[in-house]
Amino acid sequence: MENHIFELQYAMDTFYFLVCGALVMWMAAGFSMLEAGLVRSKNTTEILTKNVALYAIACFMYMASGYAIMYGGGWFLSGIEVFNLDEVLATSAENGFDGSSVYSGASDFFFQVVFVATAMSIVSGAVAERMKLWAFFLFTIVLTGLIYPLEGYWTWGGGSVFGLYSLGDDFGFSDFAGSGIVHMAGAAAALSGVLLLGARKGKYGSDGHANAIPGANLPLATLGTFILWMGWFGFNGGSVLKLGDATSAHSVAMVFLNTNAAAATGLIGALVVSQLKFGKADLTMALNGALAGLVAITAEPSTPTALQASLFGLVAGVLVVFSIVTLDKLKIDDPVGAISVHGVVGLLGLLLVPLTNDGASFLGQIVGAATIFTWVFGASFIVWLLIKMVFGIRVSEEEEYYGLDIGECGLEAYPEFSTVKQ
Amino acid sequence: MKLVTAIIKPFKLDDVRQALHEVGIAGITVTEVKGFGRQKGHTELYRGAEYNVDFLPKLKIETAITAELVEQVVEAIQQAASTGKIGDGKIFVSSLEEVMRIRTGETGAQAI
Repeated sequence: MENHIFELQYAMDTFYFLVCGALVMWMAAGFSMLEAGLVRSKNTTEILTKNVALYAIACFMYMASGYAIMYGGGWFLSGIEVFNLDEVLATSAENGFDGSSVYSGASDFFFQVVFVATAMSIVSGAVAERMKLWAFFLFTIVLTGLIYPLEGYWTWGGGSVFGLYSLGDDFGFSDFAGSGIVHMAGAAAALSGVLLLGARKGKYGSDGHANAIPGANLPLATLGTFILWMGWFGFNGGSVLKLGDATSAHSVAMVFLNTNAAAATGLIGALVVSQLKFGKADLTMALNGALAGLVAITAEPSTPTALQASLFGLVAGVLVVFSIVTLDKLKIDDPVGAISVHGVVGLLGLLLVPLTNDGASFLGQIVGAATIFTWVFGASFIVWLLIKMVFGIRVSEEEEYYGLDIGECGLEAYPEFSTVKQ
Repeated sequence: MKLVTAIIKPFKLDDVRQALHEVGIAGITVTEVKGFGRQKGHTELYRGAEYNVDFLPKLKIETAITAELVEQVVEAIQQAASTGKIGDGKIFVSSLEEVMRIRTGETGAQAI
């Protein structure tokens, strides 16, 4: 009888990973729609191509090398196909019904791989409308196959940072679902790329003032935000890592509740601030506000009360508007606000953890954030720089003017005048 | 024969169509256009940064009419399209040399 219960628990926890992974996978669609909505129509096909291909590259690279670097095991997941029921039952008996979950390694890989794709999706929005398609893909290979997995190894993988110190054991660094490990890391890679890439043509006037370049399709941007919001339940909810006992099930429910609450107040905060600051309710800021609330709560969605989660989301939503405007003034041209939403607010999320989780400290969170940022920013900068020197990372001025859809993909998203040969 | 071309505020289209219908105009052509006059453009904010809307959306209405209708038509458009505020648009009248109805090949006033 006990073995049957353990088998059922194994099935439930594996299933939970898979369903949450599928939800997170859907975030790739969210990023695609959000980015397609916030760029000009002449760059739509290219940004969509980037998004689908980065997902595919991330899946392959993480399978080839990423997962092995982050969690050990063989290259190309060799050995993951082996299933041993006796081992499962023995580990379950050892952990006990309330202990760490026992699940299929394949389900764990699936859940982890979609996080890598999320980190990479953050980059694509920030470098939109001016980066060469294949330069972006080259970078994708390195980020998903090495840069992200290594910092993942130092954090969730429990490894030491180049043999110097351990973030978990020495500093109690805590990042539940990846405000820092996924979101701030993606933003750090994006920032290094944007600095080497420069602003879009026309973004800044000759006297240095920032011009607005409105996005082409706000229905898509809104749909993308809702998709991300929904996918985030898998992102944070799945990071409980277990569903199969009452305590874990309750924890999952709290994570869903808090994730949703923070997104809601993030949106409200950004919307109200944009009305007060700009005199108009800027939808794109509201959308960024919801995402900011989600990013902020990601570092610790299980311990806050509903009110605390709402306050965290509100702070994030307010902060993100000021961050976007400030980065704009600093001439860091980020068409979708990714660096603010995922980087600045990702850091905020890490720093909020000690307020509700006694296991974490501000010092530990700062050391963790600094480690992740330094590594991802530095390594990415070198990779971008190498690609820039060898192939170049920016399209020609003419191509930028006519749009990357034609220049990179030879295909307009909305072709209006086309004739057929009779 | 005359060609009357009017630039009007887009939201006035239905009033103008109605007014022209009452005068007995058989057909008009409407084009969405952008431009500026004394009204000039205005600035908007997007994500905290300003952008200029230098060319405002207007509608261009064209109708070919017989010469004796000109005064009535111009007056109808002027009254229907007027809001009294800057940016109401303009009406141009020019002479029309020839008109042909494609289906029948009729020309001149017959084709209007």
